[in-house]
Amino acid sequence: MRVFVSFIVGATFGVGLLISGMTNTNKAQGWLDIFGAWDPTLAFVMGGAIVPMAIAWQLTKTRKPIYADSFPSPPDPKIGRNLVIGSTLFGAGWGLAGLCPGPAVASLSFGGVGGLTFMVAMLMGMLIAPRVRTRLDQLATAS
Amino acid sequence: MHIDWIYGLIGGAIIGIAGAILLLFNARIMGASGIIGGLVDGSGKSDWQERAAMVAGLFIVPGIVALLMGGSQTNVTGNFVVLIAAGLLVGVGTRLANGCTSGHGVCGISRLSLRGIVATGFYIGAGGLSVVIFKHVLGVI
Repeated sequence: MRVFVSFIVGATFGVGLLISGMTNTNKAQGWLDIFGAWDPTLAFVMGGAIVPMAIAWQLTKTRKPIYADSFPSPPDPKIGRNLVIGSTLFGAGWGLAGLCPGPAVASLSFGGVGGLTFMVAMLMGMLIAPRVRTRLDQLATAS
Repeated sequence: MHIDWIYGLIGGAIIGIAGAILLLFNARIMGASGIIGGLVDGSGKSDWQERAAMVAGLFIVPGIVALLMGGSQTNVTGNFVVLIAAGLLVGVGTRLANGCTSGHGVCGISRLSLRGIVATGFYIGAGGLSVVIFKHVLGVI
């Protein structure tokens, strides 16, 4: 059942991304383009998504998950170097192409060679990320 | 153009409902980069079927819906150097930060996670700067 739920969630997530316009790279780049033709759509998408999620987080306080033993524990609140460096690199790439991981997968079937190129590069990046992390840790301990 | 925000709000609510279902049923956080990344680097081997099922749904179903709608525009740039650089940055960055727009943004902010809020601040800030530099200053995108 967990596998079935995962498929339904992926499908629903993808349809939401498509309807909201987030598979259109102009939307993400328009949101980030504060000195150009600024497009506020992404704020509405975020706002619309945060409301059901906030309700779900509230429900986790009094209920048990249906197909699991317990809910994920609260994250370590520590703001590490990797969080800051990683988010900065991610943002730079997001601005460049207008794609982040969810929409990149959702638009893969109609994104042409360009979308496929981005996807292959993204998977390569994910593959080398553990080595980049180790290298950053080495640099931090060396200094 | 003027009704785009309504589609944004409806689509956003659907995304949030998807995340809520994954949390309440499977006790998992709907972060696209974490789910894909775990398949790529082998860290998600123990639950690879769930991860693969989610990626399959995310890939197949929007494709079918787009086809029924008569196609959907992504407006992806034709500059392959930009696409490769951007893909590498997104891949490395989201894995280093342990999350992207869905994990840190949607799922993190909604539980008032400080990490999610800080990450979102940095990737939006860097994204804005990236557009200023590469579009307005250098003119490559």
